[in-house]
Amino acid sequence: MDPSFIWSELVPALNKGLIVSLLLIVPSACIGLLLGILVGFSRTFGPPWLSRAASAYATIFRGTPLLVQLFMLYFGLPGIGIYLTPYVAAVAGFSLCSGAYHSEYIRGALLSIKSGQIRAAESLGFSRVKTMVHIILPQAMRRALPGVGNELIYLIKYSSLAYIITCIELTGEGKILAAQTFRYTEVFLIVGCYYLLLVSLASVGLRKLEDMLRVPGFGKG
Amino acid sequence: MAEEELLRVEGLSKTISGTSILSDVDMVVRKGDLKVLIGPSGGGKSTLLQCINLLLFPDSGRIVLDGREVTFRRKREVLAYRQQIGMIFQEFNLFDHLNALQNVSIALRKVRRMSSRQAAERAERELERVGIWEQKGLYPAELSGGQKQRLSIARALAMDPAILLLDEPTSALDPELIGEVLAVIRDLSQRGMTMLMATHQMGFARTLAQEIMFMEQGRIVEQGAPQELLSHSGAEQSRTLSFCSKINELYA
Repeated sequence: MDPSFIWSELVPALNKGLIVSLLLIVPSACIGLLLGILVGFSRTFGPPWLSRAASAYATIFRGTPLLVQLFMLYFGLPGIGIYLTPYVAAVAGFSLCSGAYHSEYIRGALLSIKSGQIRAAESLGFSRVKTMVHIILPQAMRRALPGVGNELIYLIKYSSLAYIITCIELTGEGKILAAQTFRYTEVFLIVGCYYLLLVSLASVGLRKLEDMLRVPGFGKG
Repeated sequence: MAEEELLRVEGLSKTISGTSILSDVDMVVRKGDLKVLIGPSGGGKSTLLQCINLLLFPDSGRIVLDGREVTFRRKREVLAYRQQIGMIFQEFNLFDHLNALQNVSIALRKVRRMSSRQAAERAERELERVGIWEQKGLYPAELSGGQKQRLSIARALAMDPAILLLDEPTSALDPELIGEVLAVIRDLSQRGMTMLMATHQMGFARTLAQEIMFMEQGRIVEQGAPQELLSHSGAEQSRTLSFCSKINELYA
């Protein structure tokens, strides 16, 4: 262990990578969740054609390796004339993949909500959309939160795959530096600590959010 | 009849997956009436109430509310119509993620587009009316069964419905909690609220209902004032009376 290497070379490089990682994770998390909500609702309440299309999407993106999806987006799409930058390809891949998983958690949560909730809302004059937004979604998200949170934590870690399609983030910076200096042990030990810290922060945030949204007796019946 | 007609149902029929649930139901509810629907389970009481509310769409028949024929075709009209019909469910169907006050105010805010403050004020008045103002901050899971059903009544009343439909409002309650819900319904009736209620509470029906309708196999087979249907005087026992003696035996 060489402290001067760690502080003067490794940490500045990794901090640069950390920013790229965050720029990958935050938009992918937001787009992925939104996609997951739309797909989850479509699968549960949509007309047959939409429900089938949404299920097919989930099957494809849950059924293939994320790395293959990224290769497809970055190396495959140019074959049909679509060129994505590494960053865009990575965000697209992460969003599509995490959206598929989110949709599964949200679908499960939607199925657990009693149909009486919808009938009660409709009896008060709520439209279908308002029922979904104001009555069903808030309940579903509370029930889906543990699974959704888990998916966000996975996303933090699988964002490390972006370097393979040349979007140099945390892992990529580490890999480059390690190859130049042959200090693999120090580099990947510290890279691991960065991820551990990110995941810990996310876990604390998610637990706070769960406490904030807790409703007495909700989800036990 | 002196009282004005509020709701008229004519020839209402409903078939669900090949089984006829309602066939050719006619009914008139006058302003201020408390009308009671009784009959065996599966006889179509719930379906009739849900068809009147358009939670289920009848296959045929007419519904006239306050002199205006209800059209089922346009979405917007259906939504507006449902606001005029309050619905009380056997299983309460309270919004589990909202506290008592929010349960009442949410429709005011999101459907009626009232401001949060106005909606909360109105909701507090409704909670007071059914006697659970002190529980306004509690969530459904923290309320007793009787309080839950009173809350659901407050939620329906906040929309100023022309008529309240009650689908066995006390059937999911422990016996000792039934009284407090019936007291609220009695109070509403005495203040002139028009109500159509499916129930097995025969004592309540006998003393408070203007009219009892006995429903069986999707038809209204008998209707009349409680004294007529529930008295032992006639030579022939009414269907209503024999049904009532049967359920009273069960409860005894």
